[in-house]
Amino acid sequence: MELSDRAVRQAEINLSDLERSLRRPRVLFSAVMSLLTGAATVAAMVPLFSVLYMLIRKGAADLSMSTLTQLPPPAMMPGGGIGNAIAGTILIVLIATAISVPIGIFGAIYTSEFGPDTMIAQAVDFAAKVLTGLPSILAGVFAFAAFVMLTGGFSAPAAGIALTLLMLPTILLTAEDAIKRVPSRMREAVIGMGATRTQVVTKVLLPAALPGILTGVMLAIARAAGETAPLLFTSLFSEYWISRSSPAFIPHSINDLMKPTASLAVLIYNYSGSPFDNQIALAWTAALILVMMVLVTNIAGQLLASRYNR
Amino acid sequence: MSMSERSLAPAKEHASGVAANPATNFEAEIARPPSAREILADKIFRQASFVIAVFTVLLVAYVIYDIGRVAMPAVHSYGFRFLATSTWDPNKNIFGVLPAIVGTLYSSILGLAGGTIFGLAIAVFLSERFLSIGLESVLAFFHLEQNRYLNRWPDRIENWLRTIIELLAAIPSVVFGLWGIFVVIPIIRPPCNWLFGHLGWIPFFGTPLSGPGLLPASIVLAIMVLPTVSAISRDALVAVPPKIREAAFAIGATRWEAILAIFIPTASAGIVGAMILGFGRALGETMALAMLAGNANVLSWSLFSPANTLAALLANHFPEAGTAEVGALMYAALVLLGITLIVNIAGTLILQRAEAGLKGLR
Repeated sequence: MELSDRAVRQAEINLSDLERSLRRPRVLFSAVMSLLTGAATVAAMVPLFSVLYMLIRKGAADLSMSTLTQLPPPAMMPGGGIGNAIAGTILIVLIATAISVPIGIFGAIYTSEFGPDTMIAQAVDFAAKVLTGLPSILAGVFAFAAFVMLTGGFSAPAAGIALTLLMLPTILLTAEDAIKRVPSRMREAVIGMGATRTQVVTKVLLPAALPGILTGVMLAIARAAGETAPLLFTSLFSEYWISRSSPAFIPHSINDLMKPTASLAVLIYNYSGSPFDNQIALAWTAALILVMMVLVTNIAGQLLASRYNR
Repeated sequence: MSMSERSLAPAKEHASGVAANPATNFEAEIARPPSAREILADKIFRQASFVIAVFTVLLVAYVIYDIGRVAMPAVHSYGFRFLATSTWDPNKNIFGVLPAIVGTLYSSILGLAGGTIFGLAIAVFLSERFLSIGLESVLAFFHLEQNRYLNRWPDRIENWLRTIIELLAAIPSVVFGLWGIFVVIPIIRPPCNWLFGHLGWIPFFGTPLSGPGLLPASIVLAIMVLPTVSAISRDALVAVPPKIREAAFAIGATRWEAILAIFIPTASAGIVGAMILGFGRALGETMALAMLAGNANVLSWSLFSPANTLAALLANHFPEAGTAEVGALMYAALVLLGITLIVNIAGTLILQRAEAGLKGLR
C-alpha cells in the first residue's frame, strides 16, 4: 500500500520542471550562446561596411570624368587620373577570359558528358582542385617563368596567362556541375532522335546549362579583376596608355601588347605606400572603381545563379 | 532507308504547315541519321574536348614542374641553409627565408583562429535558422505571421545576410590592404601600445606597434578567410541528417546542447576540411600581407613586431630584384608551393571523406 503510494508520487510529473526558464543554467547557456553567435555574425559584417564606407568617403570625393580618362599625375601635381589603369585591367581580364572560357567549357564537356568517371575526368577534377588552391602569386611566378622569361619582357598577355590559371578551375568546375544537372531525359530524348553526341552537347546541354556556365564565368572574372599579386610578376605597371596612336586605350599592334601595362590593382598597391596625398587619393578612387566593377560582376553572377537554381 | 526518312521529315512539316515553328525546325535538323559531315564534326569535337581535358591536367603538372625548374639553380647553390637562416641581403648574395616561413605560419594560424571563431559562429547562426526563427517569433508577437508580405521577410533577410558574408570574399585583397593601412592600423595602435607599455614582459606584447605588423596583417587575414570557413562549415552543418537533428531534440537537448554535442561533431570532418582550406588560403594570401606585415625579416614572438611571409617577400622584392635575387625568390616560391599543395590536398581529401562518411547516416 505504502509502496504503491510512493510510486504514484514519483510518477507525478512536476510541470514546472518542463517549463523553459532562463533561470536554468542549461537554458541560460543556450540563450547566451545564441546571442553571441548573432553578435559574431553582425561583427563580421562590420569590415565589409567599413570598407564600403571608406571607399565612398575617400574614393568618391575625387571621382569625375577626368579622373576616369586621364593618366596618373606626377607626384605632388594636382589632377590626373586612372584611365590607363582601367583600360589595362579590362584588357588583361579580356585576354584571360578569351583563353580560359574555351578551355574550361571544353574540359567540362569532357568530364561531364564524353568521359565521366574515366581516369582522365578524375585527373581533370583533381587538377582543377589543385589550381583552386594555388596561391595567386604562384600563378604569377609561373607566367613569369613560362612567358616573361621567354618573350623577354613584361606584358599584358603574360598577365592574362597568370589570370587564366586562376579563372580556369572556377569556370571548369561550375560548367561541369551545370552540364551534369541538365535532366537526363532531355539528353536521352535527343539521342533517341538520332543526334550525334556533339549535337547533344551543342544543341541541348550547352543551351540548357548556359545560365550556370555564365555564373561561373562571371564569378571567375570578378575574382581575376581584383587579383594583384600575379600582375606584379607579369604586367608590372606603366604610367602611359596602352597605345600611342588614338584611341589610346586599345592596343593597335603586337608592340602595344608586349610591354608593361597598367592595372587598377597594381596602381592601388603602388600608390598605397606613397608619401604624396594626391597619389593616395587616386589609390582610393581606383579602389572604388575596382570594387564597383568586381561587386557588380559578382552580384550579377549570383543573381543569375539564384534564378537558374529556382 | 536514310533517304526515305530524310524526305519524310520535310513532308510532315509541309503537311502541318508549321515550318516556322522553331521546335519543328529543330526536329528537322536532328531527327534523321547524321550526315557524313556531322559524323566527322562529331569526331573532331570529341577529340578536341579530350585533348583539352588532357591539356588541363598537363598544364597543372607543367605549372608545378616549371616553378621547380626555375628554382633549381638556387636550390643547388643555396641548399638547405636557405630554409634555416634569416638574413636576406641581395648585395652580398646571402639569402635565408626562415623568418618568412615562420611569419607565414604564424600569421596564417592567427588569421585562421580569428576566421574560424567568427566563421563557425556565422555558420551555426545561418544553418540553424536562428535569425528567421527569431524574426518569425517577432511577427507572431504582433500576430502578423499569416501576413502574405511580411512572412516572406525572415527567409529573405537571412539570404541577404549570407550574400553579404559571401561578398566579403569578393573584395580584392589589395583593397583590404589599403583599408588595413588607413583604418585598422590607426584603430588598433593605441590599445596595442598600451598593452606593450603595461604588459610588455609577455613575449606576445614584447614590441610596440609602430605601424605595419603581424597583428594588423592577421586581423585582415582573418576577415579574408572567414567567408571560406563559414561557407564550407555551413554546408557541412546543413548536411547533418534530419534524423539526427530530430533525435537530439527528442531526447530533450536544448538547442545549444544539440549543436555542441551532436551537430558540430557530426559535421566535424567538413568543418576541419573548411579550416584546412582556409589555412591554405591564408598561406598563399599575398597583397594584404605585403601591405600590412611590414616586410621585415625578424624572428619575434611579438604580435606587434613587423614580420614577413613567403608570399609578401615575393611581392615586395620581385619588382626590383636582380638576377641572383630572382633565383632566390623562385626558391622561396617553390617552398610556398610545397606548403600550400600539401595543405590543400589534405583539405580536399578530408572534405571528400566527410561526404563519404555522412552517406551511411542518411
